[in-house]
Amino acid sequence: MTTADATTTPASATPASAAPAPPRLRPLAVGGRILIYVMLCLATVSALTPVVWLLAASTKGPQDLFSHTFFAVEWGKVGGITLPVGIRATLKNFQELFTTVPFFRYILNSVFFASTSVVVQLFLSSLAGYGLAKYDFWGKKAVMILMISTLMIPGQVTMAPAYELLYRFGFVDTYHGLIIPGAVSVFGIFLFRQAFLQVPNELIHAARIDGCSEFRIYWDVVMPVSRPMVGAFCLISFMGAWNSFLWPQILLHTNTRYTLPIGLNQMVGLYQQQYGMLMAGTLISVLPVIVLFLLLQREFVAGLTAGAVKG
Amino acid sequence: MTTTTLKEQAGHPTLTRGERWTLLQQKIAPYLFISPFLILFAVFGLYPILKSIQLSTYVTNGPKDAVFIGLGNFRYLLHDADFHTAVRNTVTYAFWTVCLQLPLALGLALLLSQPWIRGREWFRLAFFSPNLLGQVFVGVLFSVLFIPQYGLLNRFLHWATAGGIALDTKWLADPALIMPALVLTSLWMYVGFNMIYFLAALQAVDKELYEAATVDGANSWQQFLAVTVPGIRPVATFVLVTSTIGSFQLFELPYTLLNNTAGPNNAGLTVVMYLYNNGFVSGDLGYASAVGWTLALGVLLISVIQMRITGTFKGANE
Repeated sequence: MTTADATTTPASATPASAAPAPPRLRPLAVGGRILIYVMLCLATVSALTPVVWLLAASTKGPQDLFSHTFFAVEWGKVGGITLPVGIRATLKNFQELFTTVPFFRYILNSVFFASTSVVVQLFLSSLAGYGLAKYDFWGKKAVMILMISTLMIPGQVTMAPAYELLYRFGFVDTYHGLIIPGAVSVFGIFLFRQAFLQVPNELIHAARIDGCSEFRIYWDVVMPVSRPMVGAFCLISFMGAWNSFLWPQILLHTNTRYTLPIGLNQMVGLYQQQYGMLMAGTLISVLPVIVLFLLLQREFVAGLTAGAVKG
Repeated sequence: MTTTTLKEQAGHPTLTRGERWTLLQQKIAPYLFISPFLILFAVFGLYPILKSIQLSTYVTNGPKDAVFIGLGNFRYLLHDADFHTAVRNTVTYAFWTVCLQLPLALGLALLLSQPWIRGREWFRLAFFSPNLLGQVFVGVLFSVLFIPQYGLLNRFLHWATAGGIALDTKWLADPALIMPALVLTSLWMYVGFNMIYFLAALQAVDKELYEAATVDGANSWQQFLAVTVPGIRPVATFVLVTSTIGSFQLFELPYTLLNNTAGPNNAGLTVVMYLYNNGFVSGDLGYASAVGWTLALGVLLISVIQMRITGTFKGANE
């Protein structure tokens, strides 16, 4: 019964999409639609539950952590009926977090590392992407081929020699060691090249006639009209830096230089049983990306799928 | 073509100094624009790639001490039981995540692409949201969700199966359950992410093709095979290849879930974890390079096979 519903629903729904005025729905189609909504809601619940649990766990005291599945709801009698009257929440986990480990320092480190990476990557990748999108020059094809071929080699291959190189430069346990090697992303260059190809040449010619220098054209004309891609790339590169673990783990040795992933991972080993504190740390670590995503959501989805669908 | 005309113009005597400067600027601008990339790329991209080939033939102790051993690293690798375990685990993980993830992602995308769905943006946002959390943070979060007795997962499963699954199921301590735990976690993280690609591809399929198919009397299954599948094939291949590559690079998730270990019986040891342990914990950068190249070649081989099967090369030539 259920499976029959599931398989017949697209049949009745797809033709309806083509016609401007959908024909009157048969009862089976209505049932199918409800079933699809139920499935979508179940998927939504499973996607969101761990994050909601995280929020609940980091605001619960140790006495409530496992006695309440989610939030520690307090029940009270209101006019003879038992109703939820409040939530027992505490900031103790956060207080503990900032006093036991240099967590504030980790946050600052991560903010510094991620935002510097974004600015540098955005500038250098878009600049190179512009060069490859709007100019014909000798050696362009060779550069493109070189870029594509290295995209296929996973980062793990170069980790050992890159470490050796940074060691010789004296970059181990420093932030320039983290930022400079990743300052341009081949992926980002392709993304920007793709976006800049859409910018009409007339716009660039007009700017040239007005006497704009080539750099001004890139900076004042092309970048502003490509704002969606800039937004998408900022988010992608921020997430990349904020969440990156392996390379900082290899490079950073001093506790006060740790970024959030490194610091939090080390905390798990040291304070294994202090779940409340660990969850508070995890919550703080994931919030910035979530907030940034909500701000840049539209651009992000467009940028993410641009290459795959069009290319 | 443009460059030659520019060159001719640049040498033209009637041009003013300002105009000549403008044209010269146009010629050197692209080189200036890509030079920061090229320099960084040469130092931190190309050099390490070439160097790692050389390094893979050395046994090293930290960055300073190296002895040439030819193909000794690869020979050792092929006979190392831990490496075999790492490969087996990684392949198992990749197989299950890809086999479960892609149908689920496509299924969700098909549901969401129904034209009458309300709140599509909200569903998409919700499905995608787990992907915002980095693997390390997910690892820490799920290591608590997986704990026996009190963990959310065990409580839910115990309730949902009416006691069929014991409350004290030790997901992260039982070697047989580590792989299911990893696959489950990665499904949570990546199904929504891949769904975005499928959804975009489904929405890009020409609606007139469906109309035409309906006129020809095709039922929904026939429409799916004849219109949807060819329409989304390039994106499906992209998702298949990228998620396979991603699976083969698994490291952070098991590393944090299992509290910086490979788990009991090395049940959570992956190829990259093996590389990390040998190269950066034990300090043999040469061996790490050999492992890296073995991984790279393996992944390349599998990607080529996948693209062959899905006919991507054929499509590109048409």
